[in-house]
Amino acid sequence: MQSKAHTFTANARAALADEPLQAALARFQGGFPVKRRAAIDRLPEFDALRDAGKAIKDAALANLDIYLEQFEAKVVAAGGHVHWCEDAAAARQTVIDLCREAGAKTITKAKSMIGEEIAINEALAAAGFTPIETDLGEYIIQLRDEAPSHIIVPAVHLSKEQVAESFRAHHRDLPAERPLSEPQAMLDEARAILRQAFLTADVGITGANMLIAETGSTVLVTNEGNADLTQTLPRMQIVIASIEKVVPTLEDAATVLRLLARSATGQELSVYTTFTTGPKRGDDLDGPAAFHVILLDNGRSRMLGGPFAEMLRCIRCGACLNHCPVYSAVGGHAYGWVYPGPMGSVLTPNLIGLAGTSDLPNASTLCGRCEEVCPMRIPLPRMLRQLRRDAFASGGGPKPMRAGLAAWAFVAGRPWLYRLATGLGVRILGLLGRRHGRFRRLPGASGWTAVRDLPAPAGRTFQALWTERNGARQ
Amino acid sequence: MTAAADPARAAMLARIQGALGRGAPSEEQRRRVLQRCAAPSANLIPARGRENDRIAQFIAEAERVNATTGRLAGWSAVPAAVAETLSAARLPPRLRMVDDARLASLAWPADLAVATGKAVDGDRASLAVAFAGIAETGTVMLLSSPSSPATLNFLPEMHIVILPEQAIVGAYEDAWANLRTALGAGVMPRVVNWITGPSRTADIEQTLLLGAHGPRLLHILLLAEA
Repeated sequence: MQSKAHTFTANARAALADEPLQAALARFQGGFPVKRRAAIDRLPEFDALRDAGKAIKDAALANLDIYLEQFEAKVVAAGGHVHWCEDAAAARQTVIDLCREAGAKTITKAKSMIGEEIAINEALAAAGFTPIETDLGEYIIQLRDEAPSHIIVPAVHLSKEQVAESFRAHHRDLPAERPLSEPQAMLDEARAILRQAFLTADVGITGANMLIAETGSTVLVTNEGNADLTQTLPRMQIVIASIEKVVPTLEDAATVLRLLARSATGQELSVYTTFTTGPKRGDDLDGPAAFHVILLDNGRSRMLGGPFAEMLRCIRCGACLNHCPVYSAVGGHAYGWVYPGPMGSVLTPNLIGLAGTSDLPNASTLCGRCEEVCPMRIPLPRMLRQLRRDAFASGGGPKPMRAGLAAWAFVAGRPWLYRLATGLGVRILGLLGRRHGRFRRLPGASGWTAVRDLPAPAGRTFQALWTERNGARQ
Repeated sequence: MTAAADPARAAMLARIQGALGRGAPSEEQRRRVLQRCAAPSANLIPARGRENDRIAQFIAEAERVNATTGRLAGWSAVPAAVAETLSAARLPPRLRMVDDARLASLAWPADLAVATGKAVDGDRASLAVAFAGIAETGTVMLLSSPSSPATLNFLPEMHIVILPEQAIVGAYEDAWANLRTALGAGVMPRVVNWITGPSRTADIEQTLLLGAHGPRLLHILLLAEA
C-alpha cells in the first residue's frame, strides 16, 4: 500500500468534513473504552498482569534469536516449514511461490495486519490468484477496495447503509430487491457466500497473534471463527507473522491472552483462541497437508537495538487507538498507511521511514492516554517526542515551522531572554485585550483564532506570579 | 534450502544479534535461555483462576458469553439431552460426532441419525468431548485428533460439547499442566481450540450478532460422573 502519510494534514481536514465518517466515529466512541473498563474492573490483578506481560515480551526480545530458532526447530519437528523474509517483497514472493506450488486458485484469508503491511492481496491478485478476506469487516473493505481503518475493527468507519450498498454492487447473483437494511441480513448473506469460499479454497492464509517457542505453535484469536475455517479446510496453510510475535511458553501466551481481549474489545477472552502446531498428521481427517510460517523482519531487527525497541512489545490490541482523541476525531484512514493511531504513528516511521511520515508523530496531543491503557506499557508519548526530535534534526517539516521552532528554542534556552520576552508579550497582549478579554483575530496566530478565541492574558506571567508567591512564603 | 544456507535467515539473525549487542549465542547461553521452555512455569495467576466452586464459576462465565449449559448425571443421559437440545433449537435430528467409544456405546434414539467423521457442508449440529473446561473465562478446551477433527468445532451451526465436571480447572495454566501430563511435555495436538461462547461479530456498526462463521449456538453438557 502506497503511504499517504505525507498528506496527513489534508487527510485529517477531509476526514473532519466527512459526515458519514464523523457519524461512524461518533457511534464508535466510548464503546470499547467502556467495555474495557468493565472487564478490568472484574480483574483486580490487571495492572500486575501488565507488568507480567511486559516482562514476558522483554524476555523474548532480549533473546529473540534464540527463541526464533527454537520456534523454527519445533515447527520443523512437527512437519512444517519456516521461511525467513527480510522485507515485504521477499515475504510476498514466498507466499506467491507457495501458492503456485499448491496449484492454488482460490485463497481464503483471515485478517492479518502483516498481510496489510506487505500488501499481500494486491500481490496475489497480480499473480493471478483470487484472495478472499473472510473476517466480515475485512471482507467488506475488500469489496470496497479500501484499507482497514482500525487494526481490530477494519470497517468501523462505515455505516450499515454503505455496507448494504457494497453488497448490492458485488453480490450480483442475488435478487436486487432483497431486504438488506439490518446487519443480520448482511451477515447471513456474507456467511453464505464466504462458506462457499471456505469450502473451495486451495490455500488459507492467516496471521498470528503469537508464536510459541516451546512448542512451535502459532496462536490465533478471532471472534467469528473465520481463521479456523481458513486454516483447517484448504490443502495448505500459510501463517504470516512478524518476528516480535514470539513468546517463550504456553504459560507466557496465557498471560498475554489475559491482557489482549480485555484491552481490545473488553471481552474476557476472544471466542476462538487457537493453538496450531504443524500440518495434518497421519490419520487426521481434516487440516492442511502443508503448513508454512513466514517470519517477517521488515525493519524490526533494526528497531530492536534502538530507542523504539519497546514498540516491539505491541500485541496489536488497538487500545491506544480507542482512547486517542486524534484517532477519534479523524479515524484511521487519515494516518495514510497500514497502522493508525498512536501505535501507528510510532510504527509507521520506523517501518517505512520518517521522511514521508513526519506528520504522524505530530498527530498527537501527547495527552498520555495511550500509554495509560497500553497493556504492554509501551511509552508511546516518549517515542512520539523522540520522533519529533528526529524529524527536526533531519531537517524535516515546513520552513516556517522550523524557523518558529528554532526561534522558540533560542528564547527558551536563555532564561533571562525568556522572562523578558514573555513578560513583555503578556503585558502587551493584556493591554490590547483589556476591552473584550479575548482575541477573535490575532496576526500570526490565525491558525488558532480561526476556530477559537484566544483569551487575553491577565497581565503577568506564571513565572512572575510564582516568584511572588514563593517570595511571600519565605 | 537448509537453514544454515539461507542467507535471509543468516542476515536476520545477525541483525538481531547485533542489536542485542552480542554475536551468536554460545551453547551455554542458549541452554540457559531455553531453560524457560524446558521447564515452563506459571506467571501471575489471578484470584479468579483459584475459586473454590469451579463448576459454578465455569457455568456463570460460559453463560455470560452466550453459551448455554446443561448438567447431566453421566454418559447414559447424553443421547436424550442431545436429542432434546436439537429439537429445542428446531434443528433436524442429525448429528456429526467425535469417534469416541464412550459415545459409540450409548443407546441413541432410533430417530436421531448419528455419524462420526469430519464435519462436511450441510452438517447442522456436532458433538465433541472437551479435554478441559477453564473456569476463569468459561472456556472449553478441545484437542484435535483423528477421532476428533477440528472442523466439528466450526462448520455446524450448533456445537454441543460434553465436559466432564472433573475436567474443569481454574486457570489456563492448569489446563496446560494437564495437557503435559496427558500427552507428555512439549507435545501438542495439531490443534488446541479454546472456545469461549458461540461465534460472533460486531463488524457492522458494532451490532453484536451471533453465528458469524462458526456455530451460532454453543451448548455445554456438564457430566457429574465421567
